[in-house]
Amino acid sequence: MGDLIYLIILIGVGYFIGTLVEKKHYKSIEEREAKLLYLPAVSSENLLEEKMVNEAHLVYGNAVISTDYFKFILAGLRNLLGGEVCAFETLLDRARREAILRLKEKAQGADIILNLRVETCQISQVGSIEVLAYGTAVYYKK
Amino acid sequence: MLLTNIEGIPGRKIIEHFGLVSGSTVRAKNAFKDIGASFKNIVGGELKSYTALMDESRSQAVERMEQQAQQLGANAIINVRFSTSNIAQGAAELYVYGTAVRIE
Repeated sequence: MGDLIYLIILIGVGYFIGTLVEKKHYKSIEEREAKLLYLPAVSSENLLEEKMVNEAHLVYGNAVISTDYFKFILAGLRNLLGGEVCAFETLLDRARREAILRLKEKAQGADIILNLRVETCQISQVGSIEVLAYGTAVYYKK
Repeated sequence: MLLTNIEGIPGRKIIEHFGLVSGSTVRAKNAFKDIGASFKNIVGGELKSYTALMDESRSQAVERMEQQAQQLGANAIINVRFSTSNIAQGAAELYVYGTAVRIE
């Protein structure tokens, strides 16, 4: 009985604080994305204005993000029936957008990010993942 | 040392190729930081200590790759790729590789 109460408390805390944390994170992501709109990131290697390049170097950004206990249990239940695991979709979305934002923040002043690659790695069994985004920041001649 | 993950360095001419260079590091996580992380697993959110750990380890792998390229006499590495793998419970390998070249 004690275990059950403990579990319910964990799920409850996970649900309320987790939702709050996620909302706050999304708000911050959207704000920063709007600020960095001037810097396009493309997954293509081709550069249209080859002659104008002044400098190019590698940049990368990473983020390790964990899901909350409520969603972790929800995903576990989903595993029984199969189908789309919406609980983890937002986790991956947040981590990817955060990693790309950090990459762009490191490349401030650049004109374009070429060959952007995103890589995902599982950190632990309990629903935390690492996302790494890397690309080449290109600075045009002014 | 100039690094890019595209084929070549825009605006520069490659004069010599040295072949593949790579760097890797295997890191385990800190058990004490793990306690903090397990709290985060309940409420969700970013595990800042892990983000820093991965970032630092990755820089070390890049440094090792750069050292290798330097020994070959290269001054740039093109087509850099990162790869991460979980080799055991709680330990990860960070691997980075690319082609060492000399540019003008």
